[in-house]
Formats: sequence, structure tokens, C-alpha cells
Amino acid sequence: MKEEQRDAIVEVKNLKMYFPITKGLVRRKIGDIKAVDDISFEIKEHETLGLVGESGCGKTTTGRCILRLYRPTSGNIIFAGRDISVMRERSIRPLRRNMGAVFQDPLGSLNPRQTAGSIVADPLIVHHMVKNGNERNEKVAELFRLVGLDPDMMDRVPHEFSGGQRQRIGVARALACRPSLVVCDEPISALDVSIQAQIINLLEELQEKLGLTYLFIAHDLSVVQHISDRVVVMYLGRIVEIADSQELYDNPLHPYTQALLSAIPIPDPTIDETRRRIILKGEVPSPTNPPSGCHFHPRCNLATGECRESRPELRDARGGHQVACFRI
Amino acid sequence: MTALLNVEDLKTYFKTDRGLVKAVDGVSFHINEQEIIGVVGESGCGKSVSMLSVMQLITTPPGEIAAGKVMFDGQDLLKYKAKGSQMCSIRGAKIAMIFQEPMSSLNPVLTICRQMTEALEHHLGMHSRAAKERSIELLKMVGIPDAESRIDNYPHQFSGGMCQRVMIAMALSCNPKIIIADEPTTALDVTTQAQLLELMKDVVSRLNTSLVIVTHNLGVVARYVQRIYVMYAGRIVESGLSKDVFGNPRHPYTIGLLKSVPRLGETRSKRKLVPIDGAPPNLIDMPPGCAFLPRCKYRTEKCQQEPWPVLRVVGKEHNVSCYVDMQEK
Repeated sequence: MKEEQRDAIVEVKNLKMYFPITKGLVRRKIGDIKAVDDISFEIKEHETLGLVGESGCGKTTTGRCILRLYRPTSGNIIFAGRDISVMRERSIRPLRRNMGAVFQDPLGSLNPRQTAGSIVADPLIVHHMVKNGNERNEKVAELFRLVGLDPDMMDRVPHEFSGGQRQRIGVARALACRPSLVVCDEPISALDVSIQAQIINLLEELQEKLGLTYLFIAHDLSVVQHISDRVVVMYLGRIVEIADSQELYDNPLHPYTQALLSAIPIPDPTIDETRRRIILKGEVPSPTNPPSGCHFHPRCNLATGECRESRPELRDARGGHQVACFRI
Repeated sequence: MTALLNVEDLKTYFKTDRGLVKAVDGVSFHINEQEIIGVVGESGCGKSVSMLSVMQLITTPPGEIAAGKVMFDGQDLLKYKAKGSQMCSIRGAKIAMIFQEPMSSLNPVLTICRQMTEALEHHLGMHSRAAKERSIELLKMVGIPDAESRIDNYPHQFSGGMCQRVMIAMALSCNPKIIIADEPTTALDVTTQAQLLELMKDVVSRLNTSLVIVTHNLGVVARYVQRIYVMYAGRIVESGLSKDVFGNPRHPYTIGLLKSVPRLGETRSKRKLVPIDGAPPNLIDMPPGCAFLPRCKYRTEKCQQEPWPVLRVVGKEHNVSCYVDMQEK
């Protein structure tokens, strides 16, 4: 397979990100929220890696660790051959040029008092990539055209744009420094249904044109599966399954993935009727006090004593399809 | 068979500083007994406002139900005063509503017990002890474990999914004829969404209640409803049995929507998404004529000259408001 030969642009090894729970006036630490609990995966060059899971599973935290917006508790993040997990803020800055980020809420992630043009120009100025105002305007206009916006709209402020256009500004800002990796954190979930496809297609076209690598974080498995080459499924801070997008749909191995797939209806009643439905019992437990052993065992039909006691490691089931379950 | 609820030519307008917003502009729909129907559309298409108008929960001013009839039990509900006793005896008792955000629809400073028994005491004249017992029963029915002690909790002690179960229990409490669920699962995770929709489907069939699901999620509609209404810019553009609308969509907007959502199992190499160009219109002072026209790929000369097309019959219970016959395309 061609996929196998690609180099990894990001390697995440045993990443842990714990947030302290504090109590009282002196903020005494009484515990940890294990938002991300020992996960390893890699993002290959020019691929789209999807990261999917329900709220609180640690998908956003993982994305932020890769951008080094958080300093991980432990573990390594190798970006472009260098371990960024322990680097100082000053030495990371030049590397950030190679990373872009698109956030969920396009209105919340754009400064309402800044013009669209200056929002997109900011990264260029921060990274000293333009010498003067003329060059800056040229570059911004070019970026506007790249994401399908009219450069004449540069002087408008975010509220004058529609939801889809705002997200295009977000994409233009992420691409300003021509990064190699773009982390998209729920880039379409705040948009209207008919607009979502515009942004998905834009991201796909830009990837082809510029050879980008995406980490695509979302809770909607049908969207993730559509855009991604490979998909990572997370549950309560851990990875439960990694597989090629089509393989994950055709042959989901982990009981959680199976339930997640069956919970998503297909917008066609004749096809949907024929599908098997698995309705999970209970809810996602709180990450402050996760269940012992396999985090999924209280909701799993297959759980045994072993699942309650020890944590299943992620292992290769076949040809790159990895799963963390004792019973598979 | 006569319909349980029949809404005819409903118009709800909002007067704003910038002009008149025709949020709902001539909407007609009906619900039969023991039926699950779906109303789909994007944000701002008027789906929630039509439901709130049925319940007379529109804030006036700025809102105003300008015209229409809401026939229920042989009576026109719009003839009743919004805060009058007749409307109050229907709202919550005969027609109940479940709102989108369970966390913010419950009062944070009152216990679940207090909020649940209120409707029972008010509508059914139950005594507080009987009302509490009935509430516990209802909570058990919607799958709240340990209901006897949980009933004295406050909403913040429940998760989002649990709160929505409480909302469902409250909606069921007076044995309503119709439950209107306005985006009941949008704020919830997919596995919780599946649990709750299965629960709702199950209880309405057990209690012989009709259910209206208002949502923007086409998948939810496909899986759970029998009949569907597609709304755009304050009007219904297509209606019909779920299998007809999904299997043989006839309005350019419905067709566009179906082509623009990714489906499970279809990666981008298999099928490229076809987005609908442009954005939904701003409803302030809309020009006459079809509101979908600027985004429509199939528009003709006629569309630009004529007013907004009325719904025409294209099949059994299948109606569409479009001049172009999409069957031929």
C-alpha cells in the first residue's frame, strides 16, 4: 500500500494530559481529570486523520496538545522530527508557523472588532513573513481568493459575514503561513446543514492543492468518515480503535465503535431499516472517576472479569487496524 | 380519518427595527392520531416558530400570529387568548412540548419533584403526595435509575441526557394527545440521542400519543418519522411520507440537502458532496417569489416572474411547492 510508505508528520507517544481538580481557598489539589490518558498514534504526511468521540472523550485536548496550546503532563509529541512536548514557548514559536488551527465557533474565534483582512494578516505579521503593507495586502487578497471569498470584503468585520463565510475567514487565517499541518476542531458543527458541505469541500480542495495534512476533530462520525483517510475513535481519554475510514465502517471491531456507528441514522429510510441497532445502556461516565480496567466495561455486553481489572492495550488486529479490547 | 391537529395557513410575523420578519408565512400541516411526523429545515426556517405559534408561546410584541387556524378537538386554538384559561388547559395537558436545551429549560433553583408535580397538580388537580408518586412512576418509565431519591435532586445534579429524560417525563405527565419535541436531541451526544429517540418512540406508541419531531438532522427524521415536512424560509416546500421524500425528493432544496450531507460508509472517494450554493436568505422584507430561487440550480424564467408556488400534489400524500417538475431532471 502507498499509505504505508508515507512519513509521519506528527508522532504522539504515550501522551497524557491531566488537569488538576482543586478545592478550597488555597487550591489544594485533590485529584486529576485524566482528559487524555496514555494515547499513541501518528499522523502521516498529506493524510486526513479523523479524531472522533463523544463530548468529554479528550479529542479537543489531544488537538490542543499537538498545537502545544497545552503542555502535556507526560509523553512525547514529535512534530517534523522534533519533540515539542517539552520545548520552551520561545523555541516553539517558529515551529508554529507550520501549524494551523480552525476552530468550532467561527464567530467566537474571530475578534469582532478586527476587520477580516487584519485577522487573516495577523499570523503573517507575527511570523515576520511580510515586509510591508503592500505585500501584506497582496498576500491577504490571495488568501481570500484561495478560500473563495471576495478580497473586496477585507475591510468588513466578522458580524457582516454569514456563518459559512466566517468559517472561510478562519480557514484563511489558518493557512496564512502555509502550514503543513492544520488541526480542524469541529470546524463545521456550528454551521447550517446546507453550508457544511461547502466547508468540507473547501477543506478537501485545499488539501489537494496545497498538500496539507489534517487532524480533523469532530463528534459526527459520518462527517469524519467522509473526509478522513484514517479514523481514531476515542472514549473517555483513551483510544479504542484506529482504522482506515472504509474499514472502520465495513468492519468495526470495538463494541463502542459498533454502537457509535449504529447510533447514527442514515438519511434514507429504506437503507436505514436494514441496519442493526445497538442501544448502549447508561451514559459516558465522568472522567474524574473513570471505571477501572477498560473504561467501556460498564456499558459493554461482552465485558468479563478481565475487562474490569486491567486496561486493554491498543494492538494490531490486521493490516493497520488497531483495537483496544480483550474480547476481539 | 380526521386529523388530530390541523394547522391551516399559519402566519407569524415579527416586527423589528429593520423591517417585518415573516418567520412563518403560510404554513399548513396536520397530525393524525398515533403518528410521528418530522419537521426539518435549517436554522431560521421557521420550524420552531410554527410550533411555538401552535402553543401560543410567541412573545407579543415583537411577535404576532397574523393569520391562520390551529384546529384541535374541533376548536380553533388561535381564538383563545394566549394567557387565558382555555389555552392554559390545553398547553401542557393536551399538547405538551419538549425543548432543545434540557439544562436551560428546567428551573435550576427548584427540585425535579417540584417542577414535575406542578403540572399534575394544576391540570389534574392531584394532591401533592399523589402527584409525587405519579412523578416517580413517570421517572421510572423514562429510565431514571433510583427515581425515589433522585426526584428530590436539582437539575444540575443530572446529566444532559438525564435532564432530557425528565423533560420527556414531564411532557408525558398529563397524558397529552400530542407531544411536540423541538430539537430534542441536538445538544446531546449521539449514543444518548439514540437512547432518547428510541425511548420517545417507545412511549408514544405505548400511550397512543402523536409526536412531532422538529430537527435539522435528516438522519433522525429518516429513522423515526412516518411523514415529513421540509421547511425553507418560513414555508413548507415539500411534504410527504418519509420513504417518498427520501426515496424520490421532488423539491430542489430537498434534493440539494440530501446530496450535501455525508452518509456513513461513503468516503470521499466514493461520493463527493454537492453543496447548495449561497446561504439561506435574510427573512427581513423578503421579495415575493420563491425564496430558494437565488440558490436553485433548476430555476426557469417562470420562477422569476411568478409568486412563490403553492404546494401541488405529485403523489399520494406527496406535495411540493415548485414550478419545475424535478421528476424529469
